[in-house]
Amino acid sequence: MIQQIIIGTLVTGGVYALLAVGFSLIFGNARVINMAHTGFFMLAAYGLYYFIRRLGLAAAPAIVITLPVVTLLGILAYRFLINPIREHHAAVLLMTVAIALVFQESMTAVFSSKYWSIPSLIPGFTDIVGVSVLNQKLLVLGVVVVVIVAVWLILSRTKLGIALRATAQDAEVATLMGISVPRTLMITMGIATFLAAVAAVVVAPIWTIHPVMWSLPLVMVLVIVVLGGLGSVKGSIIGAFIIALVEVSVAILMPQYSYLRVVFAILAMVIVLVVRPGGLFGVIFEEERL
Amino acid sequence: MLRRLLKDFRFGVLPVPGRIIAIVFFVALFVIPLIDDSKYSLFVLTTSSLLVIFAVSWDLLSGYSGQVNFGHALFFGVSAYTVGLLHKYFDLQPWATIPLGTLVAVGIGVVTCIPALRLRGPYLSLLTMSFPLVLLGLVMAFKDWTGGEFGIPGIPPIGGTHVGQYYICLIVMTVSVLIMWKLTDAGSKYIRTGLIFHAIREDEIATRASGINTINYKILAFVIGGFFCGLAGALYAHVLGTVSISYLSMTMSFRAIIYVVFGGIVSIYGPVVGVYTLQTLLQFAGQAGQNFLGQNQILIMSVIVILVLIFMPEGVAVWIRDKIERECPRCKLANGAWRKECRACSAPLH
Repeated sequence: MIQQIIIGTLVTGGVYALLAVGFSLIFGNARVINMAHTGFFMLAAYGLYYFIRRLGLAAAPAIVITLPVVTLLGILAYRFLINPIREHHAAVLLMTVAIALVFQESMTAVFSSKYWSIPSLIPGFTDIVGVSVLNQKLLVLGVVVVVIVAVWLILSRTKLGIALRATAQDAEVATLMGISVPRTLMITMGIATFLAAVAAVVVAPIWTIHPVMWSLPLVMVLVIVVLGGLGSVKGSIIGAFIIALVEVSVAILMPQYSYLRVVFAILAMVIVLVVRPGGLFGVIFEEERL
Repeated sequence: MLRRLLKDFRFGVLPVPGRIIAIVFFVALFVIPLIDDSKYSLFVLTTSSLLVIFAVSWDLLSGYSGQVNFGHALFFGVSAYTVGLLHKYFDLQPWATIPLGTLVAVGIGVVTCIPALRLRGPYLSLLTMSFPLVLLGLVMAFKDWTGGEFGIPGIPPIGGTHVGQYYICLIVMTVSVLIMWKLTDAGSKYIRTGLIFHAIREDEIATRASGINTINYKILAFVIGGFFCGLAGALYAHVLGTVSISYLSMTMSFRAIIYVVFGGIVSIYGPVVGVYTLQTLLQFAGQAGQNFLGQNQILIMSVIVILVLIFMPEGVAVWIRDKIERECPRCKLANGAWRKECRACSAPLH
């Protein structure tokens, strides 16, 4: 039981962490609440399905094609749809919701609203401390660790990472230091979308693929980033594992009430917010302080 | 009294094209059943008028007082489910269920305030978004009482015939919109709420420094928003005859935002235009799913919203108003766009 909970938490939390880190990056840098974030996740899953099941490609070329295409789509959506109206908060929100709905409806139109699945990238399962775990889930864990370490290295060690963090702290001063803020934001959006696509690639074989697969992860990601503090990468990773622990425990301990897992996740968020209105690691920006 | 009304009409309405359009539109809504009383078209118009209340109450809460609420479906769904449960277990009639449903929605509005008063900006929005999902989870978890995904069917219609129902909803909508318009009118001499809501949205600290208890006014905004939204939800349950989980879904919350932002945020007429364009026109153009337009309604609506946001970020209604009306730079009075001078103070208009 405990082992099941731990392994489930690690796998689910890893996927949520990938999604939440991207969401956090784009919120922290561009102040955009990107409701289409998990829409790109869904697109990548459908892309894999299309290349593997419909065109009969092997997994590797499918991934190699899907990842850049989805990333490019994210950058284009940011450049031409979100960036022009970035100043209006409600408008940006609505725009990203509309983008997500367009994705959902076009996927419904192309692939119908049926449930699809793709084969595991690594078949079979391994026995770990008495629990048999799908190899795909181990792959999820490995990829999550590699990607998060890579993101952390980029953010902390490279010039690009310094530019990203400077833009997040103060866009005007970053401009004065010779950083091209629009370009930095586009790169941020690219990284965020790429992370969502990677999450889709590793998790698509475990989850079913259908046109509304974006909405539940979106709710979870929102809960996670609010709990961890909007714009904080560290907060999103820790929040992801807290929420995954809550969700997996509810699903395993009381399976008859599995509908309540969202409720419990939200309750955890509300408790954190009432104690600390800025989230666990919330960054309060000078111009937004009361 | 009548003479004053006539004078108001002559000097307040006739010179301003936007107001003429508004009055003509409402008169048209009242005479439509005389021309076309088919069940389908009146049903579409009835639901549209309820969605107008829903959207305008979101505009009052989120547009005017700035408490951007992403979970407006909460009030709507709570009220509708109250109606459904009261009908199912106590067999109450509409005259009892509708006020009780509205009352529960107001209560929920007050409860929502408790965390909402501590938070601001995106935190508030994302928190409010999660509330209807909590309720959705509860509805699904206690299927035996709430009917789960099948909802509660068999709620009786109101007003006898479908024409009567249309008129009841239309009158409720007109009165609610008028009340909300008056409550948010920043230039009013008698009601201060409009001015204070604007002030809270623009700068809460400055408002507090001016000696206004902003907490009370924020609670008031939630109560008013909850009241009208609950009213719409209760009537909607009776008109559709069934309550289902779609009332509480995220899509329902976003529908309010889509209508308002499409029409023009922080304007009472914006959501009205939004609903009657996006809901009613698309519904009629789609012919109940017979053609391409009807089958891909959400897709087309989303594409329209994207285009509107890029080319008219102020909203369609505000964009049109700016084309046909011009505000006097000196006395802030609305004038027709064809005038060279202000009709009251004869200052040149540019």
